Amino acid sequence: MTLTHSSADSARGRPRGTSRQSRAGVAFVAGYTLLLLAFGVLPTCYAIYFAFTDAGGTFTGFSNFVTTAQDFRFVDSLGHVALYLVFWLLSLVVFVVVLALLLHRLSAGPVSQALRFLYYIPGALAGAASVLVWLFMLDPTVSPVSSLLETLGFHTFGEVIAPGNLALLFTIIAFWTGAGGWIVVMYGALNNIPKDVMEAARIDGANGWQTAWRVQIPMLRKWIVYMVILAFAGGAQLFVEPQLLSLASTGVAGRDYSLNQLTYDFAFQMNNINGAAAVSVELLVVSLSVAGVFVARSGFFDAD
Amino acid sequence: MASRLLAGSVLTVFVVFFVLPVVWLLLAATKTDQQLVHDNPLSFGSWHALKANWHALTAFQDDAVLLWLRNSAVYAAISLVITLCLAVPAGYALAMTEFRGRHTLLIATLVVMLMPNATLVVPLFLEINAVHLIGTMWSIILPYSFYPFGVYLTYIYFTTAVPKDLLAAARIDGCSEFGVFRHVALPLATPVIALVGFFSFVANWTNYFLPYVMLPESDQMPIQVGVGSLLSNVPSFNPTVGTLAIERPQLALATLVAITPVLVVFLFAQRFLVSGMLAGATKE
Repeated sequence: MTLTHSSADSARGRPRGTSRQSRAGVAFVAGYTLLLLAFGVLPTCYAIYFAFTDAGGTFTGFSNFVTTAQDFRFVDSLGHVALYLVFWLLSLVVFVVVLALLLHRLSAGPVSQALRFLYYIPGALAGAASVLVWLFMLDPTVSPVSSLLETLGFHTFGEVIAPGNLALLFTIIAFWTGAGGWIVVMYGALNNIPKDVMEAARIDGANGWQTAWRVQIPMLRKWIVYMVILAFAGGAQLFVEPQLLSLASTGVAGRDYSLNQLTYDFAFQMNNINGAAAVSVELLVVSLSVAGVFVARSGFFDAD
Repeated sequence: MASRLLAGSVLTVFVVFFVLPVVWLLLAATKTDQQLVHDNPLSFGSWHALKANWHALTAFQDDAVLLWLRNSAVYAAISLVITLCLAVPAGYALAMTEFRGRHTLLIATLVVMLMPNATLVVPLFLEINAVHLIGTMWSIILPYSFYPFGVYLTYIYFTTAVPKDLLAAARIDGCSEFGVFRHVALPLATPVIALVGFFSFVANWTNYFLPYVMLPESDQMPIQVGVGSLLSNVPSFNPTVGTLAIERPQLALATLVAITPVLVVFLFAQRFLVSGMLAGATKE
């Protein structure tokens, strides 16, 4: 991808305009390519290198993977993240699709628009802010829904954030922040379904439920897959929620709830960079494989 | 009729779910800690209490909150400029020109886009450490500036919304390649530029893990990490805190302060959001 390629092209007799375009194309992507190498490719290679070597740089095969997998916290945090992902992906697929379909049936009036806006607002509170808001929501002494919490049998903050509830609580936080954006996307995709397809379904006597199930949802498939891929990749890197909760709960939720907290701990508390890299590589491989399977099966990212 | 009623109530329940915490947060900042516990959760406290909370919040570590806000603004703004200057031309070139390695770059962009960023934080730390940039603002700004999703959005936009013939016509009229980009493509790309800018700003402003690792000093923290450290100074959440305590309404106020820039940008970008998200949706 250097200038020599394009001059070689023109030497082989390609039209002048094309070689000019080719040079310009290379110039336009140069800066981005540099960042891609520095902050995408290089750290990935770095992680792989560290995962397979020891502190002295000697090749150690899979021993870092074995050591971290045998760490007493590893299986637990793997289980936590897996359970969270199940809750998170299920709730996202079910509720986002249902809400988008309902909003779409409202027709394109101001009510639908206002609702989409209201659903989207928490998106602005991503990151630490959403966790802080929900620490309050889940604290029966100050929560606006304390009566609901009491009805469910929770009287103190400590009872609410018991370890067994955490996967569900993190799901609620993530859904609260992230669902609105996806509802907007799904709503847009529903709008893109050709009118005559919907009309044909109506003439064939399909009711709202049948239209949704047999026409609209199949046509949303690509978007649902896209959402699941990104939500999976995002969910697997769970960090800020358990990390902040560990600050707020004085030890109820540990600093090793999620896999990413574990990599942080390996790297910066236990001084085991190689172990941290091994866990990072595992997360990368799993996320990319899941994405790869979905992408291959849905044809979403047909690049050209 | 029954089904409409059901649909209406489902939509309403979710309005409450999405909006109630935000409303509560707005009101909480106007109360004293006692009012927060004893008053109606959805009542307004007083302007006086709001002012007192603000003073207590800014008094924490001598205006630390304002410093964190300024840090966030600097990090987000500089990386936003770099992102736009690099991502938009890259997306344009991938969509509208032919060059060697184009396909490879496109695939790499898609792969990196799907890669969970947080898993790269530790290797990024090692890399930045190797070039001695840990603890400087570049350890945040440079990784933030790399935004493959923005390249992908721009790429989709140009492939679907701008016909290649238009560029060819400009070339025939004697426009240079840069001139075509500058005078034809760029003016047409305003919606996608706004969209990329919005997404990248929000993603950077709300990032927690990367600055948490890269910037160990309190006076370098962005506001996200800052409010996290405030949290550990709230006695009701963390009983071990000493005398320099922060009360819950002040934490609520800090949260509001942290999200205000995002809300402002969000309101400005609102009209681009729907159309822009659909720019991706119409890829056939």
